[in-house]
Amino acid sequence: MSAPTVLRRPSPARLSGPTGRRLPSWGTAALILAALAAYPLVFADSAAHNIGILALTFGIAATGWNLLGGYAGQVSFGHALYFGTGAYTTAALVRQGWSPWLAIALSLPLAALLAAAVGWPCFRLRHHYYSIATIAVAEIVFILVTNLPGLGQANGWELPVVEQSLANLQFSLLDKRPYYYVALGFFCLAALAVWLFLRGRAGNYVRAIRDDQEAAAAVGIDVHRYKLAAAALSGAVTALAGGYYVMYVLFVDPPSGLGLDLSVSFTLMAVLGGVGRFWGPLLGAWVLVFVQDVTRQEFSGSGRSVDLLLYGALIVLVSITEPGGLLAIGQRLWAPVARRLGGGRGGKAAPEPAGSAEVKP
Amino acid sequence: MTDLLQSVVNGLLIGAVFALVAVGLTLIYGVMDVVNFAHGEMVMLGMYTSFFAWSLLGLDPLLSIPLAGVSIALTGALMYFGAVGRVLGKSPLAQVIVTFGLQVFLRGLAQFLWTPNTRTVPRPWAAGLRWEIGPVVIGGPQVIMAVGALLATGAVAYFMNRTRLGGAVRAAGEDPAAASLMGIDPRKMYALCWVIAGLATGVAGALLMNSYSASPTAGVSFVLMAFVVVAFGGFGSITGAALAGLLVGVAQGVVGLYAPSYTLAAALALYLVVVLVRPQGLLGTR
Repeated sequence: MSAPTVLRRPSPARLSGPTGRRLPSWGTAALILAALAAYPLVFADSAAHNIGILALTFGIAATGWNLLGGYAGQVSFGHALYFGTGAYTTAALVRQGWSPWLAIALSLPLAALLAAAVGWPCFRLRHHYYSIATIAVAEIVFILVTNLPGLGQANGWELPVVEQSLANLQFSLLDKRPYYYVALGFFCLAALAVWLFLRGRAGNYVRAIRDDQEAAAAVGIDVHRYKLAAAALSGAVTALAGGYYVMYVLFVDPPSGLGLDLSVSFTLMAVLGGVGRFWGPLLGAWVLVFVQDVTRQEFSGSGRSVDLLLYGALIVLVSITEPGGLLAIGQRLWAPVARRLGGGRGGKAAPEPAGSAEVKP
Repeated sequence: MTDLLQSVVNGLLIGAVFALVAVGLTLIYGVMDVVNFAHGEMVMLGMYTSFFAWSLLGLDPLLSIPLAGVSIALTGALMYFGAVGRVLGKSPLAQVIVTFGLQVFLRGLAQFLWTPNTRTVPRPWAAGLRWEIGPVVIGGPQVIMAVGALLATGAVAYFMNRTRLGGAVRAAGEDPAAASLMGIDPRKMYALCWVIAGLATGVAGALLMNSYSASPTAGVSFVLMAFVVVAFGGFGSITGAALAGLLVGVAQGVVGLYAPSYTLAAALALYLVVVLVRPQGLLGTR
């Protein structure tokens, strides 16, 4: 069987631009990691740490969404289901006295299984049929958890406050840096898992499925199987975010763990930063969490919020002007600068040569 | 038994509103292949228009129907020319995302302008009416909403199936290239779909103000129901949507009688069953 790269057909207006299939180099990864590691030292106040913790945690979830929605092209509006699986499993086990590390670890395969179970019937659906089905499944679970006894119902669950230690995953609320660095560690883990998936054969297959499912099937790619694989990893990564989130806020209820708004925000983060771009969701998460924090302070007390308004406007703007998101806009602005600098590092914005070595399995 | 009969009647009456909301959704889907995730927000804006017509001008929700219809029709045109029309021909992802962004934007706008508080029109004219047929009690607002919704749904169906312009819209939906050879500008027809959808949702919003309250999230449950109705009636089928609206209304009424917390869950489960088992719906051809 020939390499799936031959399937690429020119479609200039694809949501992810030509660089969308490129995976990050070690250099970029190291730079980003260094900047993230320095952040809490540069911005020393607790509010900034809180922003960082939430941005990294939601960045994990959005990166998970991006694997399925951006790289595999299956736009899910129901990823809160997997976030909630992580949050509720972790909460349930920690309330029983389990170690949070074990609890989170156990929630990952559970979410992967659930994602595969949801995907099994739903991946027969295409485009909006699939997207609406993901809303339906997530909303049904939301309603069940809210009403059925056993999962805290509408009141939600609180987690016990225990001795502060890394083992208990609870730290001082005065100095939140430990929370931040654990979040960073989890983000690295999630990014590594997604990167390993994408650089392998499966990564090429899911992108081929996104670009043209019929062609992918025609050259013998098991479409259903690779969609399920992407969904399983995507679900597990999103559950990791949910598990850590619940350890940070020590509370979960249906709106904060399973709500439609949560699914929406994962999607928005990925779309804003750059769908199908590796660092896009992380960038989108930082921007959205920051915007939310600033506007909440500005308008607190009035009962009004501008964050939804801004998110919506941003999403519409991004999708009609530059579907590649902020990263694509950045690259476009960076391109002339890079050229002027002599083109030494200008490869970032240069069109990718056909059949680049990076996409070979 | 009386309860059941009462639920069926109530369901049938609210089902007419589901049908009206779903008709615009299925029209846009059938002609443009775009799912309007912001559809419920158009209903919500119609409700607010009707509310402010009452609070500022003293108009009864029944009298503000034309105002709400025209306002949301304009909103629909704005949404088409400002956003949706600009991503046509781009990736399916951009098309799914853009109306999703509109949804978030409109809900955010309502929340910003009018706060999350719910607004109700106290004692609309229709609330004074009430009929008792045997053991079944029928409220004035429910009847007014149902009659208005049926008339409006019928008008949309008549326009699409019986008029030359409606035929042109359908032609643009079936084969834009061939239609443009016949002198039909598909983009104008697409815009017309959004205007009609706006009219329908605006009218639905004003009708709903007879017994519902307006809030930024008031449209959510209606759009989720509308998805179910559109799938059930067959994506793109107007007659199907009208019939399915009534059926889904009855189903909701009956489920509500036995398990009031699970009406939406049951409707969504119905969506899953329909798209997985009979994706063409009741009357769809795709």
